[in-house]
Amino acid sequence: MNCQQAKPLIDPYADGELEAAAILELEQHLQSCSTCGITWRNLQSLKKTLKQDALYFTAPDALRQRIQSELPSSPRPIPERWSWNWNWLTTMMSGVTAACLALLLTVTLTHRSSEQPLAQEVVSNHIRSLMANHVMDVVSTDQHTVKPWFNGKLDFSPPVKNLTEQGFPLVGGRLDYLGGRSVAALVFQRHNHIINLFIWPAKENNSKPASSSSLQGYNVIHWSEAGMTFWAASDLNEKELIEFAQDFGKAETLRP
Amino acid sequence: MDDSERLKLYEQKVLPHLDAAYNLARWLAGNDHDAQDVAQEASLRAFRFFGSFRGENARAWLLSIVRNTFYTWLRKNRPKEKLVEIDDETLAVEDGSAGAESANPPFADADAVRRAIAELPVEFREVIILREMEGFSYKEISDLAEVPIGTVMSRLARARKLLQKSLTREFNPGGQP
Repeated sequence: MNCQQAKPLIDPYADGELEAAAILELEQHLQSCSTCGITWRNLQSLKKTLKQDALYFTAPDALRQRIQSELPSSPRPIPERWSWNWNWLTTMMSGVTAACLALLLTVTLTHRSSEQPLAQEVVSNHIRSLMANHVMDVVSTDQHTVKPWFNGKLDFSPPVKNLTEQGFPLVGGRLDYLGGRSVAALVFQRHNHIINLFIWPAKENNSKPASSSSLQGYNVIHWSEAGMTFWAASDLNEKELIEFAQDFGKAETLRP
Repeated sequence: MDDSERLKLYEQKVLPHLDAAYNLARWLAGNDHDAQDVAQEASLRAFRFFGSFRGENARAWLLSIVRNTFYTWLRKNRPKEKLVEIDDETLAVEDGSAGAESANPPFADADAVRRAIAELPVEFREVIILREMEGFSYKEISDLAEVPIGTVMSRLARARKLLQKSLTREFNPGGQP
């Protein structure tokens, strides 16, 4: 074997990709030819150089969290039957609470006027989202993340806006069910107060934020604009909730 | 396969390779911010397309998605980035060690090595990462990068020569060319 034949084989040899038949010949050449021997040792040095740990970038925690938050939430473990543990107890308790609440809602609902049932439904969805500790399916303060999340999950594209500057940061979104249809729920926060904003295509024309109503200690406000109906519910005071509605109307929509 | 089963399998098989995904994205994109975007998008795509994963090498599968995501991103965000030209692929590379009397030791200065890798054209950089950091075989790289094995070999050889050249220059300034 001469140098010209040996040179193209040195890389595959170093990579363990040279066929057995050629290995012996090449090894003999590398021992006898100092130029090719140096090429071979240089290549080994380079391979060592590139394998140092300092060159390998490991994924930042922020990236892991971003990915986790966009995956559908992991299913909760189903508690084993009859096993007496706290999981089971909490599940039962929240079931009981939900049942009581449902009963209460049914009773109050029967006394409401035409718009009230929807307001009531909005409030109970709001409460349920807090109770089940399931406020959000997609957790993100980034409207660019929240908006695409809804793609394919709804038959409309909800306007997603971030109101961080106005003091109502967007914290996430989820799907919900209201008035017999799937709706988008955007979750905003004002200090410790959660605001659920439910959005679905409107039947009526635009209307200014209606005077809010109050149900079971929660304030509710609704309006429609740009072909969408909006209902917001929160334990936030009425004044600030109206402010939220106005800010939302004024804020720029994210372009798809 | 229902959703929760898919999520569980994805978390078991694919997510453990997030470091590899980020490392490749980081070397290709050249900075943390863009690399995170590419790696995130690729990981979520991998989840969406998890049904097409046939249970072979999850790391190679994920990295092929990172690669595709990156090139799509590159065309959109840096349309002017220079890609490898035919000349680069076929031109004979002069052997940097020709005439040298002794071999180089490994280069320990990680910053200098980083600079040298970053200077490589992106397709050369990618075979270096896949071969030297991930340890994939020529065949695996060929499948993953969708180029013939011959191209993998020539890119790898050329990338190594370029690295050797710039590292030697870096460590022997004023030394023989």
